Amino acid sequence: MDNFTVGVVVFPGSNCDRDVSWALEGCLDIRTKYLWHESSDLSDVDAIVLPGGFSYGDYLRCGAIARFSPLINALDDFIKSGKRVLGICNGFQILTESGFLPGALVANKNLNFICDDVELDIVSSKGGWFNYGDEKKTIKLPIAHGEGRYHCDSDTLKKLVDNELIALRYKNNPNGSSFDIAGITNEKGNVLGLMPHPERACDETIGGIDGLFTLKSLILK
Amino acid sequence: MDQFAVKVFVRLRPSVLDPAGEATKSASIKLGAEGIKSLRIGKIIEVKIEGNGENEVREKIDLLCDRLFANTVIEDYEYSLEKL
Repeated sequence: MDNFTVGVVVFPGSNCDRDVSWALEGCLDIRTKYLWHESSDLSDVDAIVLPGGFSYGDYLRCGAIARFSPLINALDDFIKSGKRVLGICNGFQILTESGFLPGALVANKNLNFICDDVELDIVSSKGGWFNYGDEKKTIKLPIAHGEGRYHCDSDTLKKLVDNELIALRYKNNPNGSSFDIAGITNEKGNVLGLMPHPERACDETIGGIDGLFTLKSLILK
Repeated sequence: MDQFAVKVFVRLRPSVLDPAGEATKSASIKLGAEGIKSLRIGKIIEVKIEGNGENEVREKIDLLCDRLFANTVIEDYEYSLEKL
């Protein structure tokens, strides 16, 4: 992949950063670089992943404190330049708290922390994150979250639907999310946030490879 | 500089389901409490803050509430303020 480098952000409390890096390097041969959350120099990375975990212990609200890190402040220009940002689980929560994606993620309806594999319908391939064409309409990815219920008001939901910003919907909504939403993009399509973990589905021997395509999409221009 | 004690109340908006509140309501009924029509859980944040008068302190607290203490997509807030 030449010198294309994906920055994997590390917050205090991130715990999927190494999984993301391993999946990109080991399964896709894409170079990665860990970015400490206090760094605001994004000049030598071409795309960014905000990984899952419990940044700042999920204090106050999931993602609420991480939002104020220097790196997230620098993300605005990075996104405006058209570079790609993928927020997984806690990364999705940080993207909504920061206002890069609309809505919010709140406690699962049944209050359980849910670890499971879920079937997901690909609703939109905006940004090319799930652009399988006719080959695939459904994928299976693992989820692991206590606060993954997507919530937004009806105006926002209409906007998401009208502009084809809903990327993934749960087939069997596990957490009570509005409109079964599991993942959304921004209008440009270069930012994707999703609760399921693509990095945990990159090798047949550990439960499937449906996450590979999305991680590989980080290198799209 | 004046010092103020501020109590900020953060609540889920009425339109947002509060499963923790529902679970606590269910436990309250099991405890034998009768007549509970609704139970919702919020947060209280206590702040001691200095500033030049109430107006300046209110400006600071408004910013904190709007940007940090509450996520206004899902939560409402209000606060009380007492000069110490």
